[in-house]
Amino acid sequence: MNRHIKLGFFIFFVPVILWLFLLIVLPQIDLLLMSLKFENDAGKMVWSFANYSSFFTQKVYWLTFARTAIYAIIVTFLTFVVTFPMAFYITKVVNPKYKGFLTILILMPFWVSELVRVYGWMILLRESGVINYFLLKLGITHQPIEMLYNDASMIMGLVYTSMLFMLVPILSSLDGMDDSYIEAAHDLGASKFIIFMKIVIPYAAPGIVSGSIVVFMLTLGDYLTPNLMGGKNSLWFTEQIYNQFIESFNWNQGAAFGFLLLLISSLIIWIGLKISKQNLAKALS
Amino acid sequence: MNNVLEIKNLKKAFGDFKAVDGVSFNVEDGKFFSILGPSGCGKTTLLRMIAGFLKPTSGNLLINGKDMLGVSPNERPVNLVFQNLALFPMMDVGENVAFGLKRKNIPKNEIKERVSSMLQRVQLSGYERKKISQLSGGQKQRVAIARSLVLEPAILLLDEPLGALDLKLREQMKIELKKLQNEIGTTFIYITHDQSEALVMSDRVAVMNAGQFEQIDTPVNLYANPKTSFVAGFVGETNKFEAKKEDNTSVSTKDNISFKSIFIDKDITDNCHLFVRPEAIALMPKDDIEGMNYFNLKVKTILFDGSNTKILATINDGSREISVSLPQNREFAHIKEGEIVKAAVHKNDCKCYKIQL
Amino acid sequence: MIRSLPKSKGYDTGFLIYVIIFYIFLFAPLIVTSVLAFNNSDFPSLPWNGFSLDWFLSDTDTRVGLIHDSTNLQSIWVSIQTAFFVSIFSLIMGTFGAFLFEQENFKFKQGLYFLALTPLVIPGVILGISLLLSTNSAGTFFDDKFGWDIGILAPSFWLVVVGQFSFISTFVLLVVSARLKKFDNTLEEAAQNLGANRFETIRYIILPHLKPALIGAGAVAFMMSFENFNTTLFLVGSETTLPINLYLQVRDGSTPIINAIAFLLIVVTSTLAVLNLIFTKKETE
Repeated sequence: MNRHIKLGFFIFFVPVILWLFLLIVLPQIDLLLMSLKFENDAGKMVWSFANYSSFFTQKVYWLTFARTAIYAIIVTFLTFVVTFPMAFYITKVVNPKYKGFLTILILMPFWVSELVRVYGWMILLRESGVINYFLLKLGITHQPIEMLYNDASMIMGLVYTSMLFMLVPILSSLDGMDDSYIEAAHDLGASKFIIFMKIVIPYAAPGIVSGSIVVFMLTLGDYLTPNLMGGKNSLWFTEQIYNQFIESFNWNQGAAFGFLLLLISSLIIWIGLKISKQNLAKALS
Repeated sequence: MNNVLEIKNLKKAFGDFKAVDGVSFNVEDGKFFSILGPSGCGKTTLLRMIAGFLKPTSGNLLINGKDMLGVSPNERPVNLVFQNLALFPMMDVGENVAFGLKRKNIPKNEIKERVSSMLQRVQLSGYERKKISQLSGGQKQRVAIARSLVLEPAILLLDEPLGALDLKLREQMKIELKKLQNEIGTTFIYITHDQSEALVMSDRVAVMNAGQFEQIDTPVNLYANPKTSFVAGFVGETNKFEAKKEDNTSVSTKDNISFKSIFIDKDITDNCHLFVRPEAIALMPKDDIEGMNYFNLKVKTILFDGSNTKILATINDGSREISVSLPQNREFAHIKEGEIVKAAVHKNDCKCYKIQL
Repeated sequence: MIRSLPKSKGYDTGFLIYVIIFYIFLFAPLIVTSVLAFNNSDFPSLPWNGFSLDWFLSDTDTRVGLIHDSTNLQSIWVSIQTAFFVSIFSLIMGTFGAFLFEQENFKFKQGLYFLALTPLVIPGVILGISLLLSTNSAGTFFDDKFGWDIGILAPSFWLVVVGQFSFISTFVLLVVSARLKKFDNTLEEAAQNLGANRFETIRYIILPHLKPALIGAGAVAFMMSFENFNTTLFLVGSETTLPINLYLQVRDGSTPIINAIAFLLIVVTSTLAVLNLIFTKKETE
């Protein structure tokens, strides 16, 4: 019997260990090692912090880095602001008859590939796009306006892309909230504002934190939306990484950038978890 | 005594379904008033209308003489203790109790004082910083009541708050609640489906069925003189027979046993229900007492339950089993299953009601 | 503010307007993309020149419809194959992981569980480059030492499968674990009491219990793989997947054939999404 249990354990244990060490741990270690190597003038690979020092000395690198991190935080916050009322409406306000329908409707677009959704925005927003067509037709403008390729359109695109990951956890935490909490607060004299600030949002906090972590991570590591919707001079940090790898073929520099991105995303997620007193397992489930 | 709550012909319909169908009653200030009824009888709907969470279809609702229709829940001088208590899990005990006071912009010092004196009253002194999840069922109960009472409402509404507790704790909380109400003097309106809760705690009880009140009375009267068949059957344990009227003083059951009885509903002509309480049946009675029905009981089963021991028996050779309480003094401890015992019941304890749908 | 509290007109209408705007925002890009797939025009833009199926069917010099476009068809086929293998492999690994973490006890379980969750919070780009780096190192190593040329270690179809598998497994792990948590352990004890061994118990008792989660997770894993861009970008060889292929076309100027593909994707994925939602709803009821 004991041997059977042991055998069963190893059948599960060995593949999982192989997966995690070969595909996750080892590549990250390799990433770190690569980032610490530098080709010197003699054309030899040597251990060096040169890749990191060039990050700090070249303004464009660290500016892009800071910009990406700050924008990712802004996008996360905006995503919360935009989706929270929807989650509240679906779970608490609308007639329960329509709840299922509205939920399916709100989740459906996110099954469609990010690329298709970004493409949709491009043909809506660009100079020859659908919105400009109607603006000209209605005589609101006389010149087509380029609404694509700027920071605002990029942020909007990122918010649009990430909404699902904020919606689902908030929906599920609000769904689990008994209406009587809100009724009790109202009965005790609280205004709508107070009810939202003191009861609803604190109650949904675990969902909000999970959603924020995932949205932040996805935004930070996104390549597609910033690349297609952002302007030529609104570089995203992932584009820097891509350039180092694919265009400059400087893998060591790229590895350093990658490792920095990994650091900042882990750091901010860690801070988020600490502030909200949650752990990763809880936040992801 | 003035009436703190006056309700006149209150109705609430959900589509075709009449949840509350014309209810009128008054509650005197400082009383413990219970609404007792089976689940689905409309008692929660009635309570939520008093609290203001539901709008009546028609009728009047006055609190302290003021019309409450159109007044939102937070502006009514009533507070509700929810069935699931609805204690805010993200706040500690003190913050929960202080929540309503903060909304009134009361100075911090005063809030602190009132919270701590309120907690003292519900025997939770010093519990301010405890988390809700650290409390026992009974303590949560008291915090929920404290949270409402601290606002000094004219009426405290309680929606089956003991439902979630286990039996022992429920018995204990019944007594605590009654004591607390006595001490504070706030009017309590308490809804429950548990007759023992209603009878033990209340000054007056309204029995509700299918959206209407069957009877409003003191617990003693409700038990001793039920006005309708529903009340007779719902409040307290009883033996219910299908019966036919024989003449103005007697009925016969399906087993063809004749009972001298009294008719509570005067308009009974033929079929009716006869109710006899288990403790009204006397074992080995004296002979020839005026107004007694005499018969033999064939003992089928003895249900031992300490002071509440009963026997199940048939009358003569009938098929209908009835339950009979045994006196507590062990006088009849010798009775065995299968024995035949002489028994009797007075006609005033044989009450006939017309059949209610 | 919720169903049971007194209504205020301003609040209700304000909310309703917000909800309507939100749904328009949500669906506008998808609807515009779909509609323009049928426009009789050489560009994915208005004005509307009449209904046409050219971008699906035609085969002329100026307009090559989808069914005659071998590059796009090829990439769809590659994506389907990739998604097929990725969902099979990650279902197996995710389920192994779920059994390991839910039913076994061992030293460092918490630490390993944390490690198993990290793929979901490592940006996709990082997963891509780190895997690219480490497989490249390994490839060079095997080539130098033993003269082996291992194809899977260079950007290729199978490397894409491995890369996507590395994080989609975590997703499956979470879904299956959640379902496994709801499993009543006394059923397992009962089965063993009646003479079933560990594997029979899993086969006849636990797997049937997990079935809805496995189907749901499998469907989502398939979609995640089919749509993945960020990780795939760095690992893709000569066989490009659909998102990569579409990206290249969108970036370099596009024809309405992208709308045609997008339209088909929208139809197929939303049907799948609705089926999946209905199915999981039925199972949980």
